[in-house]
Amino acid sequence: MEDVSFQVRQGDFAAILGPNGSGKTTLLRLALGLLKPTRGSVELFGESSARFRDWSRVGYVPQRVDGIGTRFPATVEEIVEQGLYRGFDPLAIFRKHGRKEVLEALDVAGISHLRKRPIESLSVGQRQRALIARAIVGQPDLLFLDEPVSGVDAVGRDRFHELISSLNREHGMTVFLISHDIGAVMQGATVCACINRTVVFHGPPHRITGEHLSELYGFPVDVLLHDSIHEHR
Amino acid sequence: MVAILAPSFGLFIVLRRLSLIADTLSHVALMGVAIGFVTSIYPTFVALIATTLSAAGIEQLRSRGRLPGDAALAIFLYSSLAIAVIIISKSSGFNADLFGYLFGTVLSINDRDLWLIGILLVVVILFVASFYGELTQSAFDQDLAHVSGVRVTATNLALAILTGATVTASMRVVGVLMVGALIVIPVLAALRLATGFRTALLLAIGFGLLSVWVGLAVAFYADLAAGGAIVLTTVFMLALAEVIGRIRDYIGSRRGKPAAGWPALPEAGDSVPSAHPETGTDQG
Repeated sequence: MEDVSFQVRQGDFAAILGPNGSGKTTLLRLALGLLKPTRGSVELFGESSARFRDWSRVGYVPQRVDGIGTRFPATVEEIVEQGLYRGFDPLAIFRKHGRKEVLEALDVAGISHLRKRPIESLSVGQRQRALIARAIVGQPDLLFLDEPVSGVDAVGRDRFHELISSLNREHGMTVFLISHDIGAVMQGATVCACINRTVVFHGPPHRITGEHLSELYGFPVDVLLHDSIHEHR
Repeated sequence: MVAILAPSFGLFIVLRRLSLIADTLSHVALMGVAIGFVTSIYPTFVALIATTLSAAGIEQLRSRGRLPGDAALAIFLYSSLAIAVIIISKSSGFNADLFGYLFGTVLSINDRDLWLIGILLVVVILFVASFYGELTQSAFDQDLAHVSGVRVTATNLALAILTGATVTASMRVVGVLMVGALIVIPVLAALRLATGFRTALLLAIGFGLLSVWVGLAVAFYADLAAGGAIVLTTVFMLALAEVIGRIRDYIGSRRGKPAAGWPALPEAGDSVPSAHPETGTDQG
C-alpha cells in the first residue's frame, strides 16, 4: 500500500471499501498496531498504535478467528466475557458467569438465547454476532469490523448493518468497517474511503460516483441504488 | 502428578494447534539427556536447559514469521535427534539408565526427580490458574487477544518454556518418546465432551489421571512396560470419550437439541453452511 493518509473522527461511521487484495485488512491491522508502517505513523486516540495500551476503548471483530475449528470448548457467554478483560486477574478462573454487561451485550447482538451454547456449534452468522457482542461488552469508544458479513446472505446482512448503524447512532460508537459490500456503506456510513493499494476516494458516501468505483475495481461500474431488498422483475 | 501437570497445559497447546511441539521438545530433551550422560551433569537438568532454550527459539522463529510453525518444529526435532544419535553412538552405546529416560521408569524414580516434578506441578497449576484469562484469550485468537490488552508474546513464550519443563519432567514417567501423548491425548478426549472452558480443563486432567492409574494397574498385572500401557490407556480413553459423545449426541438429537461440536444447520441469515466457516462469498 502506498501513500495512504486519512483520519477517522469521533462519531464517524467509516466504511472502507475495496476489492480483495486492495489492502483493506492491512489498513485495519496497521490501525490496531498489529502491523507497523514502513513509513509514516499510525495513531489511535492520539497515541502511536504500536505503543497503545488503553485497549478497553477499542472493540475488534475480525473476519476469522484462530480457535474455531479446534473444538474450542468455550460457550458463547465465555467468549463474550473475554471482552471484559482489563489486565492480569489471578482470580479470573473462579469468576461466576451471568454478568450484567454480558447479558446486555448478548441482547444487543440478538443472541441471548445462545448464551450457554458452545461457540463451535453456532452458524457463521451467529458466531459473528457473538464476536460483535464480545467487542461491545466493554462499551468501547471505537469499533473495528473486518468484513463482518462475508458468508451471510442478504437478509442477514441487512440486519447486521442495522445493528452496526444503531451502535454508531444510538450508542455513540465510532465505527471503522471494512467491507466489499457497497450497500452497507450507503446504509449508515458517514465517511467512506475507497482503497485499492492507495486511497481512491475519501468523503461522504453520497458523493461516490460510478467513476470512483470504476477506478476502485478496475473495470467499468454502473451504480444502481436500492433502498431495500426487493425482487427484480 | 504428571497426569495433572501435562493435560492442564496441554489444553492450550492443542487449541493453538501446537500439538507437535510436545514431540519436538521431547526430542530436544532426549538430546539434553544424551549430553548430560556424556558430560556427567545431571541429565534431567541439562534436558531442562535444552528444552527451555529451544522452546524460546521455536517461539521466536514462529512469531517473527520467518518460518511456518511446523517447519520450525521440524528443524529443532531432527537436529536434536541427530545430535542425540551421534552422542549416543560415540559413547558406550545404550545402557539401562538411558533406556529409562527413553521409555520411562515410573516404578523406580529417585527423590530428586520427584521433587522436580512436584515443584513443576505447583508452578504449572499456579500459572494456568493465574493466567487463565491470558491463556484462553491467546488460544482463541492471537490478534483479538492483543487488541484486548493481553501481552500475547509473553504469554506464548511462557507457555512454550513451561511446555519444555513439563516435557522434561514427564520424561521419567512415560519416557521421552511418549511424553506428547499425555500432553495431547487426554485433552482431545476432553474436547470431545466438554462444554465450557473450565469443564474442558478439569476433564482433561481427569482423563490424564484416569489413564495413568488404569495404565499403571494394567502394567502391573499384565507385566507390561508402564509407559506403553499408560499411553495406550489414553488412546482407549479417547475412544471411550468418542463413544460417550456419540451416545450423548444421539440422546440430544432425540430431544431436539443440536449436537455439540457438530455444525448447526444453516439458518436465515447464513448463505454458507457453517461446516466451512472459512469460505466467504466473494463479490469483490
